[in-house]
Amino acid sequence: MTSSRKSTLLHFGVLALLVVLFFVLPPYHAGNLSRIMVLAIYAMGYNLLFGYTGLLSLGHAMFFAAGMYGFGLTLNLGGWPVPLAFVAGVICAGALALVIGLLALRTAGVAFMIVTLMFAQTGYLVVLYFGTYTRGDEGFVIQQAQRMLGGIDLTSETGRYVTALILFAICFLGLARLVQTPFGRTLVAIRENEERTRMLGYDAGSHKLRALILSGAVSGVAGAAYALLFGYVGATFATVQYSIFPLLWVLLGGAGTTIGPLIGVFFMFYLIDTSSTYTNAYMLIAGVVLVLLTVFAPQGLAGELRKRVFKWLP
Amino acid sequence: MSDGNFKSSKLSRRSTLLGLGASAGALATAGALPGTLGFAQAQSSAPIKIGFQKHATGIGAAYGRWYGATTDAAVKRINDNGGINGRPVEIVVEDDGTDPKRGAEVLEKFATQHECDIAFGTLFSHVVIGSAPRAGELKLPYFVVSEGHHVASGMLNRYTLQPGITDVKSQVQSMAPFVAGNLGKKVTMIFPDFAFGHDHRDFFSAAIEAQGGEVVAKIAIPPTETSFTRYFPSIPRETEVIYHVMVGPAVLTFVKELGEFFGPSRPEIFGFIDSLEAVNINSPGLEFLEGTYFWEGMPRHAQADQTSHDKAYRAAVGVDDRGASLSDGKDVSTFAHMFGCWETLNIIKAGMEASDYQGPADRAKLIEAVEAMTDMPESDDHPQGPKQFNGKTHQVFGQQYISKVTDGKLVRAHTASIEDGMYEDEVDYTAQSF
Amino acid sequence: MEFGPHLMLASLEGAVIAAILSLTAMGLSIVFGVMRVVNVAHGEFFMLGAVLAWYVTSALGGHPALGFVAALLIVPVLVAAIAATADRLILKRIDYDADRTIVGTIGILYIIQQTTLMTFGPDARPVEAPFNTRLSLPWFEFGENGFAMFWPWGLSTTSYKLFVIAAAVVILLGLWMVITRTKIGLVMRATQQDSEMAQAFGVPVGTVYSLVFGLGAGLAALGAVLVVPIQQAHYLMGHDPLLLSFIVVIIGGLGSLPGTIVAAILIGMSDGIISVFFSPTIAKIIATLLVAMVLVFRPQGLLGKTAP
Repeated sequence: MTSSRKSTLLHFGVLALLVVLFFVLPPYHAGNLSRIMVLAIYAMGYNLLFGYTGLLSLGHAMFFAAGMYGFGLTLNLGGWPVPLAFVAGVICAGALALVIGLLALRTAGVAFMIVTLMFAQTGYLVVLYFGTYTRGDEGFVIQQAQRMLGGIDLTSETGRYVTALILFAICFLGLARLVQTPFGRTLVAIRENEERTRMLGYDAGSHKLRALILSGAVSGVAGAAYALLFGYVGATFATVQYSIFPLLWVLLGGAGTTIGPLIGVFFMFYLIDTSSTYTNAYMLIAGVVLVLLTVFAPQGLAGELRKRVFKWLP
Repeated sequence: MSDGNFKSSKLSRRSTLLGLGASAGALATAGALPGTLGFAQAQSSAPIKIGFQKHATGIGAAYGRWYGATTDAAVKRINDNGGINGRPVEIVVEDDGTDPKRGAEVLEKFATQHECDIAFGTLFSHVVIGSAPRAGELKLPYFVVSEGHHVASGMLNRYTLQPGITDVKSQVQSMAPFVAGNLGKKVTMIFPDFAFGHDHRDFFSAAIEAQGGEVVAKIAIPPTETSFTRYFPSIPRETEVIYHVMVGPAVLTFVKELGEFFGPSRPEIFGFIDSLEAVNINSPGLEFLEGTYFWEGMPRHAQADQTSHDKAYRAAVGVDDRGASLSDGKDVSTFAHMFGCWETLNIIKAGMEASDYQGPADRAKLIEAVEAMTDMPESDDHPQGPKQFNGKTHQVFGQQYISKVTDGKLVRAHTASIEDGMYEDEVDYTAQSF
Repeated sequence: MEFGPHLMLASLEGAVIAAILSLTAMGLSIVFGVMRVVNVAHGEFFMLGAVLAWYVTSALGGHPALGFVAALLIVPVLVAAIAATADRLILKRIDYDADRTIVGTIGILYIIQQTTLMTFGPDARPVEAPFNTRLSLPWFEFGENGFAMFWPWGLSTTSYKLFVIAAAVVILLGLWMVITRTKIGLVMRATQQDSEMAQAFGVPVGTVYSLVFGLGAGLAALGAVLVVPIQQAHYLMGHDPLLLSFIVVIIGGLGSLPGTIVAAILIGMSDGIISVFFSPTIAKIIATLLVAMVLVFRPQGLLGKTAP
């Protein structure tokens, strides 16, 4: 069987598994999985830029927060209906990514890292500055009554899981398809050797910008989804920590793979969750695991799988 | 980093599915972790499980530690006296990392995995606000000990209550008469530039103006600031009183630098003890605090007219007459806030007994029983002072204390009455459905 | 306060910040320059310096100056040793690969932070300064008698803060001498220029790396020991120094030690001075954006040689 057949099967298999799990898992884990899927969307957005295009950003929290606030503010203050507010959130994030990209993509490597970090910090401070509307770090609540779509309560277990799954599936399949297209392959080429890609006639700058916009928009989808499904919008999500999380998730799961982000989020979530049952020092365990992983399994979980076993893994 | 190698391998579909199946199996096993299948509701000897959302790590960790100590002491007392409805109380602790995302996750864990009856114990506002929606959706009674005005503001839901500690609006409002009458009418406010600080700014400005005073300057300090001297030049010369309420690890620096800035000629200074929670008032550099005033939720140093309730409370929690740990006199507690845990747990007990709470099916009855509470006299259950609970806004009102630093000791100079801190209702949660 | 004194006060405060920042950032710059790795745990070594200083001063008791001097001597060496061990155990094994080092040092960050939380605890603890007298500072004005001095309300500093500024200058000068005049400095510079060639010439590159990593951490710890009597020791205090150090190193230019100093002074001073003119949060927004813009239009930093 060809690797693209296997790849298709893998992707649909993962989705089928997620559907099955909803019926099989106890409510606690099903709830966790909804959260994991939303955060995996964020990780996938980050993966597009970092894993495939090779650009390490330390500022993605601003895109996540843009989606979150774009949705939350239009819904709460503007009274927009849910679907429209959601789209508003995604557009906010994408637009922000365009502006940031035009500036930040003039740099590369470590400078790019710092520039994105600085812009994200600015974003956080701006959210705090407009505290009258954003309620700053305390944040605000999106009431349960508002989080309905066509009569379906999105806050019920089923509503939440299904919504998260649908959004995840769209991004998952969409991105998986994208990286197979010429556009996607060009991104990988840019990652591997930008100079050579340029010399071959490709417009690296335009590719990188488009990747950033898409990456930001997908992160915005995650932010808006988080606000929609969990009812809270706050400046905490714009802090540096929330820019480091997707990097961790992607590196753990396997950068440049399609299932890596999901695996990374899942792994980190349960690592923290299970170790916190035994000790307060769960971040210590997380730290040790990170060190061990980077020493012994640097490609991340899916990446190592791809290197050693499933060479066709997309 | 990756080699993007697309060579097809000889692996078949079967091994892929096997791989997927193995992971599914692992997940299913993970589902059989600790969370029990639920006690039969009628078992009366099964413990009442209270989920304690504790700030064990993160920026709130200093408070979390003392909240934990007070909670343990309160639960021990309750269990020593027969528990609730004859059942022992069990505290299930989860660390929320003082993070709203983790806070919500932890509430889910309480409700669905640990199968707790209620959740309790959160201090930091952003964690409360981040978690409350989940509490509402999960129909989990959520008793917060937060001081935030968010409960009474109507932002949250019928499942979130704050019956054990007063809120910042009430505290600030009740300070204005004393400040205007005794310290001065021209006030410069110094506060952190986020929601908590803004609440102080807004509520106090309104309250002092009602007393005929005015706020001559509002100095907002960015959240993670570590050096403060450069903000002080903005203090206008005609300031009569400085009102400060800084929080966070850098507060000691703030207070020291305030003293260094003014030197020997300072205006009156009124601060919230939040600046010095868990800090020894006799620390080097704090000498200039002599003669300044503090709001105290509960007077840290035992006063001349100490009640038997205050004495018993201190002994139970393990702090001495200066509010420091009995085992280490330098380990100062977060005395002005932690009483909230003690009193909240006693209210939970009273509510469960009034509603004859048997299990999660009675959660709504429990909330209604607490909503029906009104007067809470000073007692061993309520050592901070008498209280009045507003069932409609889910917020309790109580006395506030102002202390003056005299010879290195915090001596109570004024007690603001319960009425001083009252304000118009902003919400009626009892009109909302469960 | 009038504008003149206000500016002077802000400048003094800025100078203190710049002093500590230059030490901390220098540590990062040396590591960056020689080893080409991003050490995300750099802030935690700073924090360790403060926390260990507290332990040393508490253990010794007596006059604060005694404990302080002991801390100044012992703590940076201790932290350097910890860092060098981390380098041996972890960084060497991952061959200093850029991405893996980031993940690895994030792991080290969590380990150090959490261990400190478990042992030192969550409270912020003060360390007493060896000496700390308030010094009123004069300002000048043209009065009836011509040029006169007066002491404006609030314009003051402390003797300890002046000491910090002086100490930082001395330490940096000493560092400069070591790097440019000693054999060790020569070896470090050789490894920075071309590690393969250095190895060919018999330089034990692995040992140099451990030394450099230790030196970087030790400098940060030294900065922390100096600053801890002004601030307090707290387990989360490494976050801001990390961010600031990075900014300083990049703005100054990768591989340029003088650039780091210039950037540290600029950023430390401007942080204070901008707040004279704008409200604090706006000041921070402006400062952050400025940093980003400098990098956008001049990616190699102010004094850097090549684009990174």
